[in-house]
Amino acid sequence: MKRHLLSAADLTREDAELVLSTAAELRSLADRPIKKLPALRGRTVVNLFFEDSTRTRISFEAAAKRLSADVINFAAKGSSVSKGESLKDTALTLEAMGADAVIVRHHASGAPHRLANSGWVRSSVINAGDGTHEHPTQALLDAFTMWRHLAPRNGGTLDGQRIAIVGDVLHSRVARSNALLLKTLGAEVTLIAPPTLLPVGVEGWPVQVGYDLDEVLPEADAVMMLRVQRERMNAAFFPTAREYSRRYGLDQRRMERLAPHAIVMHPGPMVRGMEITAQVADSDRSVIVEQVTNGVAVRMAVLYLLLGGSQPASGEGSDQ
Amino acid sequence: MSEYVIKGVSLLGERVCDLVLRDGVIASLSAAEYAGPADQVIDGAGLIALPGLVDLHTHLREPGREDAETVESGTRAAALGGFTAVHAMANTDPVADTAGVVEQVWRLGREAGHCEVYPVGAVTVGLAGERLAELGAMADSAARVRVFSDDGKCVSDALLMRRALEYVKAFDGVIAQHAQEPRLTEGAQMNEGELSGRLGLAGWPAVAEEAIIARDCLLAAHVGSRLHVCHVSTAGSVEIVRQAKANGWDVTAEVCPHHLLLTDDLAASYDPIFKVNPPLRSAADVAALRAGLADGTIDVVATDHAPHPLEDKDCEWAAAAFGMLGLQTALSIVQATMVDAGLLDWAGVAQRMSITPARIGRLSDQGQPLEVGAPANITLYDPSVRRVVRAEEMVSLSHNTPYAGMELPGQVRATFLRGRPTVLDGALTA
Repeated sequence: MKRHLLSAADLTREDAELVLSTAAELRSLADRPIKKLPALRGRTVVNLFFEDSTRTRISFEAAAKRLSADVINFAAKGSSVSKGESLKDTALTLEAMGADAVIVRHHASGAPHRLANSGWVRSSVINAGDGTHEHPTQALLDAFTMWRHLAPRNGGTLDGQRIAIVGDVLHSRVARSNALLLKTLGAEVTLIAPPTLLPVGVEGWPVQVGYDLDEVLPEADAVMMLRVQRERMNAAFFPTAREYSRRYGLDQRRMERLAPHAIVMHPGPMVRGMEITAQVADSDRSVIVEQVTNGVAVRMAVLYLLLGGSQPASGEGSDQ
Repeated sequence: MSEYVIKGVSLLGERVCDLVLRDGVIASLSAAEYAGPADQVIDGAGLIALPGLVDLHTHLREPGREDAETVESGTRAAALGGFTAVHAMANTDPVADTAGVVEQVWRLGREAGHCEVYPVGAVTVGLAGERLAELGAMADSAARVRVFSDDGKCVSDALLMRRALEYVKAFDGVIAQHAQEPRLTEGAQMNEGELSGRLGLAGWPAVAEEAIIARDCLLAAHVGSRLHVCHVSTAGSVEIVRQAKANGWDVTAEVCPHHLLLTDDLAASYDPIFKVNPPLRSAADVAALRAGLADGTIDVVATDHAPHPLEDKDCEWAAAAFGMLGLQTALSIVQATMVDAGLLDWAGVAQRMSITPARIGRLSDQGQPLEVGAPANITLYDPSVRRVVRAEEMVSLSHNTPYAGMELPGQVRATFLRGRPTVLDGALTA
């Protein structure tokens, strides 16, 4: 694997499968009474969050702590107004404190890329979501969740599995990373959205594109609903929240069109009643809560692999 | 009065002769009679003489952003780039929207003495796009403003644009439009295309430029005024200007060196050194711009020299300022993209970088043919050398050149302003 994880495109199929299999090993840890491994003892991991994100930050924090790393949380809220030198200065500060890995969430697309490539820091950089660009660990945890549910009945892989990603693709870093990673893993992705919420040039992506949710549901092995902010209607992306829900929301009626084995996913946070109804979110088709659990295991795997665990991940006490 | 003799220089790359510069004018095309000191004799062998370059689009940042550039530092860069006149854009702080500010910039230019500085006046008060600035007062001032622009912002209100075009007819002015439909470019960061979608950077669609250019061409035709289109960047814009000219409308257009050379894929580095407005476009756009410049659809090359201090570029893309340096590299890029590519000869370069911009700006002493009696505004250029651009050699106060590390052809060897050298042996004289 490369030294940084900035984009899902950084991962070869071999890399991605290594993350998934490592995550599977590490996930079993969650069932043990003592949920901690010494693999990253003495290493320092910094959570550098320029944007509010409780769930992603907590997930990374739990992952690092379960590997015995020291964790520093750095919330640089409100710095978006300060012209960006805060990114460089903060990076230099963290570097001076000897961080081994920096997990960065930033409102500007490409900020982790800048951090990794402008010579400000020497540590590994993990993109925890940058603007409307990418969120590679979310894609990995989504793929891991699909892999657990769909691969056993598909020869152990996601090859040829049909994944529908539905909603605000234009503003979604989750959609971008998922499209790239799922392609790498052999799945067939269809993006479903109103044309206003698809990026220009999407026809060049390795995906199918459609405007009709009902059409793709019977064929889908997994449906991933993306969060849609109500405020988008003020910029004329769609007329009203109600119309959006009618055309692109996942409700009970639509869920019944899914194949029996198909799963329903959402990266969270959900807007219940907008892109997904409460009934669907809480149904037994939904793996939304499991995605959160899997997130910790996948992030443990990423940290472990990037920070150079050459020993088996779950080999207790063997990291010396 | 000083006297300089340039021996055996190639005028516009066409014929070799001497140039004797005396009393601010070209006194003779033969140095046979010359008996003055040898240190004022320049060997012109291998050099091309061009009329001093004229830039229609320069940001000198003074007053207000003297941390980025001053009239003094910017005109030094201009002289090194072979320019004898620059038009200083109005988006300073305070905005150049009164006779007082334009006279200040004009006076600073005279004091600096590296090249002539012609201030551009703002079209609207404070560039706010709401009401006309006192265009007549600026035209009548000592700065004698003829070019008006809200550059950096578009005069997007159609009625206001119409009125501005009409009003400046009284003093033979021209409106230089920064064509950018504001609603279509809210938060825009780079050329809208497949790459912007992949990088998650908000797109700046070609149509936002083209729609304004089309509207303004129609308005200029309707009111019988002249329009100049700043920094044309798309193939569609070239086509619209071509059609307007075919219709006989009084429309001129400029292209920037960076739009002739660089493409939008550079944004994939997320390095804001490549962030500029209008943005770098596709290779197809670059090809159309070169063709448009070659066939005269695009009249001039203008630098849009836009200095920014390091902190405005050494950051994430979205937080960075738009713009790049251009004065010291413009002629080399035109050589690389146009002359060496066989699209333009040196007479064509003189037309597009001196004669036509001077005519659009209504400058009487600039952009004159190299003949006896003409003002001695001359650039001596060596097209045979190659150099690797280094950011540190930029004499601007800022160093935001996108060409650092790139090998470019050619070097300005000397620049004469009314017979006086501002640059000799490739170095500033003062």
